[in-house]
Amino acid sequence: MSFWTFLQQNRNEMLTLVLQHLNLVLISTSIAVVIGIPTGILLTRKQTLRNPVLGIANVMQTIPSLALFGFLIPLPFIGGIGARTAIVALVLYALLPIIRNTVTGILGVDRNVREAAVAMGMTDRQILWQVELPLAMSVILTGVRVAVVICVGVATIASAVGAGGLGVYIFRGLRDVGNTNLLLAGALPAALMALAADFSLGLLEQRFSVEAKTEKKRASILNKLVLAVIALVLAGGAYGTWRAARSRTHSLAGAARVVVGSKDFTESVLLAEIVGQMLEARGVTVERQFELGGNLPHDALVAGRIDLYPEYTGTAYTAILRHPSITDPRAVYELVKREYAEKFHVEVSPPLGFENTFAILVRGTEARRLKLKTISDAALHARGWRAGFGQDFMSRADGYPGFSKAYGLKFADQPREMDLSLTYIALASNKVDLIAGNSTEGRIAAMDLVQLEDDRRYFPPYEAVYLGRKDSLARVPVLGEVLVKLGNAITTEEMRQLNYEVDANKRGPVEVVREWTKLKGF
Amino acid sequence: MTGVDNNPLVEFRDVSYSVPSLSSPIISDLDFTVEQGEILVLLGESGCGKTTTLKLVNRVLTPTSGQVLIEGKPTTEWDPIRLRRRTGYVIQDAGLFPHFTVERNVGLVPSLEGWESTRVKERVIELLSLVGLDADRFAQRFPRELSGGQRQRVGVARALAADPPLLLLDEPFGALDPLRRASLQREFGELTRRLHKSAIFVTHDLREALRLGSRIALVHAGRLALIETPENFLNSNEEHARAYLETLQLRDDEEGFTGGNR
Ligand SMILES: Nc1ncnc2c1ncn2[C@@H]1O[C@H](COP(=O)(O)OP(=O)(O)O)[C@@H](O)[C@H]1O
Ligand SMILES: [Mg+2]
Repeated sequence: MSFWTFLQQNRNEMLTLVLQHLNLVLISTSIAVVIGIPTGILLTRKQTLRNPVLGIANVMQTIPSLALFGFLIPLPFIGGIGARTAIVALVLYALLPIIRNTVTGILGVDRNVREAAVAMGMTDRQILWQVELPLAMSVILTGVRVAVVICVGVATIASAVGAGGLGVYIFRGLRDVGNTNLLLAGALPAALMALAADFSLGLLEQRFSVEAKTEKKRASILNKLVLAVIALVLAGGAYGTWRAARSRTHSLAGAARVVVGSKDFTESVLLAEIVGQMLEARGVTVERQFELGGNLPHDALVAGRIDLYPEYTGTAYTAILRHPSITDPRAVYELVKREYAEKFHVEVSPPLGFENTFAILVRGTEARRLKLKTISDAALHARGWRAGFGQDFMSRADGYPGFSKAYGLKFADQPREMDLSLTYIALASNKVDLIAGNSTEGRIAAMDLVQLEDDRRYFPPYEAVYLGRKDSLARVPVLGEVLVKLGNAITTEEMRQLNYEVDANKRGPVEVVREWTKLKGF
Repeated sequence: MTGVDNNPLVEFRDVSYSVPSLSSPIISDLDFTVEQGEILVLLGESGCGKTTTLKLVNRVLTPTSGQVLIEGKPTTEWDPIRLRRRTGYVIQDAGLFPHFTVERNVGLVPSLEGWESTRVKERVIELLSLVGLDADRFAQRFPRELSGGQRQRVGVARALAADPPLLLLDEPFGALDPLRRASLQREFGELTRRLHKSAIFVTHDLREALRLGSRIALVHAGRLALIETPENFLNSNEEHARAYLETLQLRDDEEGFTGGNR
């Protein structure tokens, strides 16, 4: 599909994402301006506060955005899932350049000029408004410009907390490697937005520089225009915040309402969508907070920002409960169920019937030629092979380090560390000879890849389950019914097929799930 | 400053001023008065504390010890804003606001005082012509579009704007070439006499002091070395005064200058 047809087909969604992105940036920079400039002014008055406050703002900027989002989710009032959290994070990032430039701008006003203002009998307030702010304005605007550009960038990560924006396309595009259209459709408007903001605020800045004052008549009209634009932007930001706040309170009014979360990959979205549609069919209002990054779904669940999300027992057991991995599926399931109930008041649903474990894959042609069935079979040939693994597999304890030891694997070279999605393509095109994929990956059959049996039972079980808050289950009884119904209802082949429909055939998850639930009679 | 009482307009009583970062005071035991209608010249080399002394008058600074009295009332008891608006200040190197037009610079204090805009405008035109600038040509310019001499004139006009009884002038003609300087000195002398202004005029130039001052206060290292009328100053035997007079002698010999023109 060409980029152009992609744009035409996704016009509406794209417009929504662009507007969401713009809204995030406008609201957060407006808030940052409203907080940052007065703070900056205060710091020029209170010298003792200056270094501590600038120091804190500096530290804020060094926190990686995903970590900051994770930190914000459990907080009351400002935290949670969605636009509000993203805006709080963006404001925190935008504050430093605005505060710092306000301080340097005002302190940078010529000493003689300031002394003249004092000697003329101007009050402190008059000096601020008539002398310091006008003379510092171009420096302050530089700070605002930097803040806007930072916000346009960081807002792409906001999709990880369910705030939408162009990051939705960028993250989808990163996961779906063949699809450059998605990446372009996300990155291009974001880049244009940053450039436009940089350019227009740069013009505005020049208007306010003292040199520009020589073109007085023109300048005064333009200054008014520019002020009008700023006022509009601020008003727009305020209106957006108000609307967001209103729509939030509105949706909270619904009685049987469930917030369903998902992780940021296709399978998780599909599983969440399945529950969502089944609940809706039973008259429950569903809010979708899909594609949350990293461990954010867990944080959000524990904090009560979402009611349930799909998870894998092995991930819960090792990554969240931090136990060393064991291989007995029943033991893992029971332990997870017990500890989640005790620690988080979270219920673990019956297993859905399939596992999404690491699948050690080789090309079908190779498997048939060498009669490979198990990983142990492959270990005999591995010395002449190259391997490619995703970052996740390379770094986690139950990944490559333990795996290679368990099977005594040695490859020709140090395994290539690359994006997980890319490893499938690399394997199919003979660039590598062995990879660790996901057992439910839709492309396994389509690409003629063969999964080798984990004959030494090294990998811990990754059974798919839903995790739901106990209080949500009590509040919405039908939720428990749906989860029981889904117990043992999805086979590995079915899951692969569903993933394939979305990843390879580029169909929407909503549609794919609708067909499937109908087929199953749910 | 109405002159009905007998208090001098400005009185320094044993004034010292020091800053924590310097071991010795910038100003030590300064003691002098400025009478109604008088132009007192503060003469001294660069760094001797002249600007500091001026700032003590309009309470930009307050003395560390001693008192500065304006019309008999210590500056610390004045409302600083009121005091400053009734004291015209010509700042060293003009100190104009770079983002204001000439008109706004000159009309600043009247505007702050709440004058109507038409009255401010008239006053600006009047003042600009008083300092020899054509309002039509200069009112809408910004300071960076003026020559050094024009800027100094605007600085003087700004100080005169609200008709203050007292003027403080900090080397107002310091940055000018000798010809411009001489003509501005002449104009300024006439102006103050005509307007009956009292002033403290800071300079490091003895000729300027002799030309303009009704009395000359010689400051050395923050202390008052001598305070005399120009005639008596010329005949003084005080060592710092002699040092100044010798430079005058030297230049007179070169240039054939024959004493003060007052
Ligand atoms: N706030 C200050 N901190 C430190 N030193 C100062 C301060 N103000 C003035 N000085 C010093 O005091 C001396 C007198 O300054 P000033 O009154 O400006 O001298 P003048 O106007 O006679 O050239 C100078 O040496 C100057 O560096
Ligand atoms: Mg000085």
